[in-house]
Amino acid sequence: MNQPQAVHRADAASNTDLPQLYRMMRRIRTFEERVGELFVRGQSAGSMLHLSIGEESAAAGVCAAMREGDTFTTHHRGHGIFLARGADPNRMMAEIGGKEAGYCHGKGGSMHIADMGLGHLGANAIVGGGIPAVVGAGLAARHKKSGAISAAFFGDGATGQGILYESMNMAALWQLPCLFVCINNQYGMGTRIDQATANPRLHERAQAFGLAAETVDGLDVEAVAEAGRRLVDGVRAGKPAFLVVDCYRFYGHARKDKSPYRDPVEEEQGRNKDPVAFARNALISRKLAEESALDALDAEVAAEMDATIDFTVAQHEPPLSSMFRDVYAPTEPEPEPVRSRIDRILARA
Amino acid sequence: MALQELTYRDALRKALADAMTENPDVVIIGEEVGRYGGAYAVTKDLIKEFGGERVIDTPISEPAIVGAAVGAALAGLRPVAELMYVDFIGMTMDQLANQAAKIRYMFGGQIGVPMVLRTQGGTGRSAGAQHSQSLEAYVMHTPGLRLAMPATVADAYHLLRQALTKPDPVVFIEHKALYTLKETVDLDAPVPDWGKVAIRRQGRDLVIVTYSRQVHYAMEAAKKLAAQGIEATVIDLRTLNPLDFDTIRAEVEKTGRAMVVSEGVMTAGVAAELSARISEECFDFLEDPVIRVAGEDIPISVSTVLETGSVPGPQLIVDTALKLLTGRVAA
Ligand SMILES: Cc1ncc(C[n+]2csc(CCOP(=O)(O)OP(=O)(O)O)c2C)c(N)n1
Ligand SMILES: [Mg+2]
Repeated sequence: MNQPQAVHRADAASNTDLPQLYRMMRRIRTFEERVGELFVRGQSAGSMLHLSIGEESAAAGVCAAMREGDTFTTHHRGHGIFLARGADPNRMMAEIGGKEAGYCHGKGGSMHIADMGLGHLGANAIVGGGIPAVVGAGLAARHKKSGAISAAFFGDGATGQGILYESMNMAALWQLPCLFVCINNQYGMGTRIDQATANPRLHERAQAFGLAAETVDGLDVEAVAEAGRRLVDGVRAGKPAFLVVDCYRFYGHARKDKSPYRDPVEEEQGRNKDPVAFARNALISRKLAEESALDALDAEVAAEMDATIDFTVAQHEPPLSSMFRDVYAPTEPEPEPVRSRIDRILARA
Repeated sequence: MALQELTYRDALRKALADAMTENPDVVIIGEEVGRYGGAYAVTKDLIKEFGGERVIDTPISEPAIVGAAVGAALAGLRPVAELMYVDFIGMTMDQLANQAAKIRYMFGGQIGVPMVLRTQGGTGRSAGAQHSQSLEAYVMHTPGLRLAMPATVADAYHLLRQALTKPDPVVFIEHKALYTLKETVDLDAPVPDWGKVAIRRQGRDLVIVTYSRQVHYAMEAAKKLAAQGIEATVIDLRTLNPLDFDTIRAEVEKTGRAMVVSEGVMTAGVAAELSARISEECFDFLEDPVIRVAGEDIPISVSTVLETGSVPGPQLIVDTALKLLTGRVAA
């Protein structure tokens, strides 16, 4: 259960982690930029693409404290979280393109990426829809004594959903290894957090349920990683926790939204809270990396993510007949297509 | 009034604005309905016209939105609650099915719940499994709830205006692929009453009964069939509850053949109900089985190929009509 490995990880000085955290955040940012490009090139499946630019530290920082065997769910803005848990960016981009080679064979798309092998129990297009699953996964981890934790990643908007409170209450009541991560990018679509709640100090709600809870500034990925480590250690020991990562949604809600409802001054200030730039500057000023080395790393990441577009464009669409696959288990018969049913009925008539 | 070019979206917005102007008790409550102007821009700028006290932005709390509308209706307002996608209706089903639908009956007729729940559904935007469904059967399966699904610009206006005068809760389901539909309409011209179907086209060979976006597909199919000498009647249901079965029966009896077309999944859906009813009530007049053309019994995929392949379109309607009328299976 409570393996010593976790303690050693907690002891690691953040200096040694920052280059890795930076690299992951750069990969997330660049991937998301390429998702935007895929849309512009008319190669994405639809326009409901939610980019996590500006909130990379939440994914990179919290996921650094997770380990193999841990499970998690994400909201609709979940590309970065999955990358930080080891996603193959090609298969993810192919899914966003609705291609057969994608993680879910083109059935899910950007908002429904999942990979059981990596513990990804699923991204969700229902706000709050993925949260209670971590209660169940926490129960399973305890039952099987696997030592795993389960983390739910969701936005500030999900704090409007009653199911969050039902889930936190159960996790606290049963002392389950569950982590609730609220990525507070200040907006749910066009609604600023203070327009959606009379008390925007979101972690206080979790405290009221008896969870360990704190808020961390997402500008500083090391602070996020540190908070993540601290809370995850507790979670592994059966003390459920809630972490709010404060950040700013740099762009529109989805690919087409230009955020006309936001004050341009606020937007500019928000975009100045850039966790990727902040980490880069920290690496240079603390002499952990040369600028030229970071340029090279950025270029390497750009090449990696450019390739995801080429990969996706080259893939084929799912075959029409695949639509009947996976409604039920592969051992079960597939639903009868409407066309063949009509043929059968009218051939007899 | 004169003819004007309007989109389905404009017509809905105008219906809301006109109703709000006429009746100060009409309020709108939902996610992003105010400042944002609605996820599909139906309530655009209404907040500027009517203020934040009547166009109320909410947190992302669907059960409480619908429940608050129920309470507001009980307390004398005329709420229009908005559910951004019909796919979220399951979250609100207690408030809708156990509260709104049953209050008049459970409480012995003391009070009704005159509210409208506006929402939208259907495929057409690669919105994936949780944002593309056609869930009208859930509503139609619940006694106490009225259900309207406009197909045309004029009906978008009139059905919404009428819904806002009804004594009982009305679920009003728009189609996301119709918002940009543009038609030239005279909103002062008479339309069928609430609860009456519209016969969009009259033919002698078969009756196609449908609603919402599939009305347009059925009309397109009917044109192609006419080129092959087959004349179809196209019935647009407009309201699924109340259901104008008298007109459907009369039309089916004239032709002896009926096809029911729905975007919702086939099993236990709206098409299933209509097909059963036509089979029962028109049995002596039918020359062929009542045939259902409906969505596949599967979830909707984000892939456009799978998405469009999983719901009826004009071609499937044409093919089915040809098979029905020529008695042969086309290649
Ligand atoms: C139950 C439900 N209600 C509404 C929506 C529509 N919707 C999608 S994302 C969103 C805003 C979510 O905001 P937040 O949780 O803060 O996540 P963010 O988009 O900021 O990452 C809304 C209202 C939905 N998908 N599901
Ligand atoms: Mg948010």
